[in-house]
Amino acid sequence: MSPRSFVTIDGNEAASLIAHQASEVIAIYPITPASPMGELSDAWSAVGRKSIFGTVPDVIEMQSEAGAAGAVHGALQAGAMTTTFTASQGLLLMIPNMFKIAGELLPTVFHISARTVATHALSIFGDHSDVMACRSTGWVMLASNSVQEIHDLAMVAHAATLEARVPFLHFFDGFRSSHEVNKIEVLNADDIRSMIDEQYIKEFRERAMNPDHPVLRGTAQNPDVFFQAREACNPFYDAVPALVQKYMDKLAALVGRQYHLVDYVGAPDAERMVVMMGSGVGAAEEAVEAMVARGEKVGLLKIRLYRPFPSESLMAAMPATVRQIAVLDRTKEPGAIGEPLYLDVIAALTEQLPAGRAMPRVIGGRYGLSSKEFTPAMVVSVFEELTKAQPKRHFTVGIVDDVTHLSLKYDSEFSTEAKDVIRAVFFGLGSDGTVGASKNSVKIVGENTPMYAQGYFVYDSKKAGSVTVSHLRFSPRPINSSYLVSRASFVACHQFNFMEKMDVLEMAEPGATFLLNSPYGADEVWHQLPIETQQQIIDKRLRFYVVDGVKVALEAGMGGRINTVMQTCFFALSGILPRDEAIDEIKKAIKKTYGKRGESILNKNFAAVDGALGQMAEVKVPSVVSGTLKRQPMVAAGGTDFVQRVVAILLAGKGDLLPVSALPLDGTFPTDTAKVEKRSIALEIPIWDPSICIDCAMCALVCPHAAIRMKPYAPETLAGAPATFQSKESKGKDFAGMQMTIQVAPDDCTGCGVCVEVCPAKSKEAVKHRAINMQPKLDHLERERQNFEFFLSIPDYDRTKVNTATVKGTQILRPLFEYSGACAGCGETPYVKLMSQLFGDRMMIGNATGCSSIYGGNLPTTPYSVDAAGRGPTWNNSLFEDNAEFGLGFRLALDQKREYAEYLLKQQASAVGDDLVKAIIESAQQDELEIAAQRQRVAELVQKCQALGTPDALRLASVSDVLVVRSVWILGGDGWAFDIGFGGLDHVLTTGRNVNILVLDTGVYSNTGGQASKATPRGAVAKFAASGKPARKKDLGMIAVAYGSVYVAQIAVGANPMQAIKAFREAESYHGVSLILAYSQCVAHGVNMTTGMAHQKEAVQCGFWPLYRYDPREAHKGGTPFQLDSRKPTSNFKDFAMQEARFAMLARTSPNRAEQLFELAQRDIDDQWHYYEQMAGVQRDIVNELNEVEA
Amino acid sequence: MSIDLTTKYLGLKLRNPLVVAACPLSGDAETLKRLEDAGASAAVLPSLFEEQIAHEEQEVNRLYEYGSESFAESLTHFPELHAYHTGTKDYLELIETAKAKVQMPLIGSLNGASPGGWTSYAKSMVDAGVDAMELNIYYIPTDPDMCALDVEKKYAELVALVKDSINVPLAVKIGPYFTSMPRLLKRIADAGADGIVLFNRFLEPDIDLDSLTVAPNLVLSSRHELRLALRWIAILSDQTEMSIAATGGVHFADDVIKALLAGADVVQMATALLRYGPPYVKKLLEEVERWLDEHEYTSVEQMTGSLSRGNSPDPSAFERANYMKALTSFTSEFPTG
Repeated sequence: MSPRSFVTIDGNEAASLIAHQASEVIAIYPITPASPMGELSDAWSAVGRKSIFGTVPDVIEMQSEAGAAGAVHGALQAGAMTTTFTASQGLLLMIPNMFKIAGELLPTVFHISARTVATHALSIFGDHSDVMACRSTGWVMLASNSVQEIHDLAMVAHAATLEARVPFLHFFDGFRSSHEVNKIEVLNADDIRSMIDEQYIKEFRERAMNPDHPVLRGTAQNPDVFFQAREACNPFYDAVPALVQKYMDKLAALVGRQYHLVDYVGAPDAERMVVMMGSGVGAAEEAVEAMVARGEKVGLLKIRLYRPFPSESLMAAMPATVRQIAVLDRTKEPGAIGEPLYLDVIAALTEQLPAGRAMPRVIGGRYGLSSKEFTPAMVVSVFEELTKAQPKRHFTVGIVDDVTHLSLKYDSEFSTEAKDVIRAVFFGLGSDGTVGASKNSVKIVGENTPMYAQGYFVYDSKKAGSVTVSHLRFSPRPINSSYLVSRASFVACHQFNFMEKMDVLEMAEPGATFLLNSPYGADEVWHQLPIETQQQIIDKRLRFYVVDGVKVALEAGMGGRINTVMQTCFFALSGILPRDEAIDEIKKAIKKTYGKRGESILNKNFAAVDGALGQMAEVKVPSVVSGTLKRQPMVAAGGTDFVQRVVAILLAGKGDLLPVSALPLDGTFPTDTAKVEKRSIALEIPIWDPSICIDCAMCALVCPHAAIRMKPYAPETLAGAPATFQSKESKGKDFAGMQMTIQVAPDDCTGCGVCVEVCPAKSKEAVKHRAINMQPKLDHLERERQNFEFFLSIPDYDRTKVNTATVKGTQILRPLFEYSGACAGCGETPYVKLMSQLFGDRMMIGNATGCSSIYGGNLPTTPYSVDAAGRGPTWNNSLFEDNAEFGLGFRLALDQKREYAEYLLKQQASAVGDDLVKAIIESAQQDELEIAAQRQRVAELVQKCQALGTPDALRLASVSDVLVVRSVWILGGDGWAFDIGFGGLDHVLTTGRNVNILVLDTGVYSNTGGQASKATPRGAVAKFAASGKPARKKDLGMIAVAYGSVYVAQIAVGANPMQAIKAFREAESYHGVSLILAYSQCVAHGVNMTTGMAHQKEAVQCGFWPLYRYDPREAHKGGTPFQLDSRKPTSNFKDFAMQEARFAMLARTSPNRAEQLFELAQRDIDDQWHYYEQMAGVQRDIVNELNEVEA
Repeated sequence: MSIDLTTKYLGLKLRNPLVVAACPLSGDAETLKRLEDAGASAAVLPSLFEEQIAHEEQEVNRLYEYGSESFAESLTHFPELHAYHTGTKDYLELIETAKAKVQMPLIGSLNGASPGGWTSYAKSMVDAGVDAMELNIYYIPTDPDMCALDVEKKYAELVALVKDSINVPLAVKIGPYFTSMPRLLKRIADAGADGIVLFNRFLEPDIDLDSLTVAPNLVLSSRHELRLALRWIAILSDQTEMSIAATGGVHFADDVIKALLAGADVVQMATALLRYGPPYVKKLLEEVERWLDEHEYTSVEQMTGSLSRGNSPDPSAFERANYMKALTSFTSEFPTG
């Protein structure tokens, strides 16, 4: 038998290692935080890694979790050992099949990275609300509390389900456990083989559907027998607890780690006890140990088997001395007497307490929703609550509830951190590689020393310029501290500019080491620090080191990747390993990570390691602070009360401190907040040169972050402009006599450079110089800040006078979508911005979950903003799968309200004036002028109604807002439109109602990290399509065209901006369903995002993305509704494909397959073009009485 | 008629002096076989470029690093692929398949200018089976403070670096732009080179007038380019023990013969083969053989270098005097009227 190895991996991998080896079929669908389990399984199968049965598991991605569950159900019925992974809404989508699977006694294991179910808001983080929603499905529920447990109990689950014939839900806390990296011992294939009893596999296969001995399952039953039949499964459930314990014992015999259904730790004569399950057990156990050590009679009951609830085991494990019990639930069930575990414990005690024994007092509390920190200090407060004569029967811990006063106070100074544990915290940027290096450090220590190591990583909510904080522990003992490091013995700040605003030393404990990546040397850095930071360094007697990581990295050819430099310094300073050994191990780790990337990459990393220590120096810390620099607030003074009271706190990273009363009660937040978040993440920003600008406005159009603005204005406006404010005479007869300015928002620009790439105006003297040019931000920042402020003070151009059919016209309109946290150079956001410019002031958006809902609605701020009148897009995200239906609902409500308003209007006509009513009802509102006039009429109406003051008049006033035409937009990505939401979208297409659907097509699930969708083109490599997507991209546009009544356009703003604008305007004006498919480049394409617009051009040129518009109105006019807007392909697919890594990588991994798929892809293009050309000649007129589209 | 066409190049005994230069044709094992069947005596495989190796590595690395570990939901954007390879793996595979198909010696080719990890691919190529290596040094000095000696030193260091890492003969292919060609040649020889290939044809920039961008493209050689090589072969062949290959503008049998007379041990051809296909080798060999026969030579060896500068009745013709003469013949050939 091969020896078992210790590895440092995260919880998801720990579960997958078992699941992949113990399964034959794996049907999956991506969802955070469970996606990595599917991805790992897919990657392993892609390279032919076999299960213990000797075959490579068949991993298939489905169109939704519901689809995955269906496929699992079928595979189980046909006799293959099958598994899946999911979380949150995904798990909810599986519930119908879960009832079936349990009802049919099919053995399987679903591994769940338990995640918050969306309620007032979506959250990707962890709690038990999803698994708790599955309690009634009849599944065994097994909870794992740590990375090692996840691995071990995954094994127990896979082994036990076969014998039990009852399906298992194996769950662990999303992120806290699924993404924590920890050192664990992994089972080898022999262990897994010996855990699984082949007899039960044989029996399972014999039960499978088979025409050789046919059976009927899935019958419909009637009142006569259903009930009895439902009770027939009882013996199987009765047997489960003992069976699970049997396999836990079997595992213990094999590896020595003994688990029980319920495990008790603490004083044997405990009087107070906490009951809980999940990762919080780690923190609770530390608290209990500390309290027991100081003589307190407390204990902790860890529940591992949650369903069937192990009442007897609970009773047996609990000391008879226990008088007070607090049950902690990581979920909330509003309206229930208590949360589920609480109720279960009470019921179990009621049933199981021996006669004569007094019932302990049981209270219940909620903790840790959405990965809220749960610390030993909080556990102590729970035990303290139990000592009270009148404890809160229901409480919360970890927050401040100043509304219903349920929360417990806790002493945040209490800590159980041991002295011999090294705790390190690293502040970095996503782009500088800090997290990767930290993971490597954990691996180096975990896999090369007897020490244990743990890593947990916190990311902010932005995709560009995101800040990461890595929390690492190194200990001589296994680490179960399931909470963030708050007392660090080592703090590293990998970005000097963080010092400006962030309090990185808050968590440094006295005497800790502080390492700062600084452009200033040891002699000069002190005065560059805010005095608050200086004071902390002095007060806490920190050892302070600086290293110019950027310089070392640049010299090594690593660009901004300072990770290896900082990692080397960390090892040198922390002394976890002897210095030389550490450097040796770092290099080995680099070789392991980057080996296959090639020698040039290795050498650069090695050079960074070698250069690091020479650059590091200790700072002689003065005894007093000096200088005048002060730490800057995260949000400038001003802004609304809400911004100052809430948003500013969130931005400062102190959201945990906000009490219940500070937060909206139904999830409603104000818009127009991204502007307060001056992130200033760009190193270079575009600077305008008016002398050669041709007013084309392309820069503003393509800017993904609305950080380039254009405004024409009267010359006299310039009075009072800053001296450096640039201006030029505006071109075009519409703007005769006017000046105009192109202005950068210097603190909001991400530095992506897309604007410069598209600028067509080149200097006659030096071709590289354009009308805008990227220049170092620091050289221009102060100046451009003033200029931008002045620019904003210039009144917006009157939108009723703008020709919005032109690029320039659209870009004069104020964007009502600005400064999003999307990736630098994002291909989606220019469309969203354009849409907001054209229709934002009367727009309602339903947004499918995905990138666009994250950059659109992930706190702390939103890019959706308002115009001078305070109008702007109103936005909501329902779910991933239902967005088309959700948006349709908007329209149904609006139409109904409009009908009601018209009814009241007619009723009140004589009172408010017949002419006004007639004008309001008859106004077509087809352009900005008419809309403006209608707004005036409605305002007049409201005034009159209020003056009248009658109930009907007031009723009319309250619904009159819908008399101004609304623009309903349904937004989402291809994962939604092509896959999970397609059924609903397809249905909405047929309704004929006036909604506009914008599909931001990146050809992958971008938000969850690039998994293949049905929009993924043939030949592209994506997750779940590692060997190149074999099938052709679904032609969603033509599916919609086939209905004949849907306006459909396929656009690419970088290839043909005019066509894109035209499509938006036509779609919006069409009184029926409109569908726009927008080509959106994405980091998952493996392209240089700076030149993203050029990729769009080439995609169109080679016919990969033909541009077209299908307008049913044209058909009614007797014309051809299908208009092909791009030219016949002039280049071939392969030339285009080889410029994008998603295709080019296939040519590197499997040249023959690439050749074959590229050839097929070319045939797709040829065929599609031929088809479209024919379409362009077809006259077709489908009468659609549904949406009353007439000639 | 039995004329001995054999020659020696880089210590390899070749059946004739017609060698296929590094070009797209030599990148395909099947075509190499056809070239061999038509009579080619050896082939230089297409160049593996320093930039190509480093660039591809950087690109792949960037693909995996860009945007990764930044956002909790998408810690990566691309599946980790286990067996991807940049150009080098394809190249090594080409060597293996070609070696299995042909008997003639195969010469690996590396193109670069700075010492670095990429030179280690020379060893990989040797391990994969090439019989000799060709180092194609392509260096464009742009720094006004860099003097000719610095450039020579750079060449010599690079040659030594590659030579030290391999155990097969090494040829060095250079361009014609040097202050003192003989001096450079001597340094290259001292650094360990076994042969010299004259001359490299640099990829020259062109300008696209529509987009105002620089658009480098490679044009096929023209016949007159051989003149430049002829001069230096004639001068250098008297001075060096290294093998000499003539390349660039060898299109017809006459060109082959001229190169040999001037002192080349072999000629390397690409343009003519691209234009006329592999069977052209056979035709060319027949013509060379006929010429030798007609002029009563018995072997190639006999004629090699027989019209070098030292063996020429008029050495000055290879020197400056040649200039006047060429001008005269040029005007007389194409009267301007």
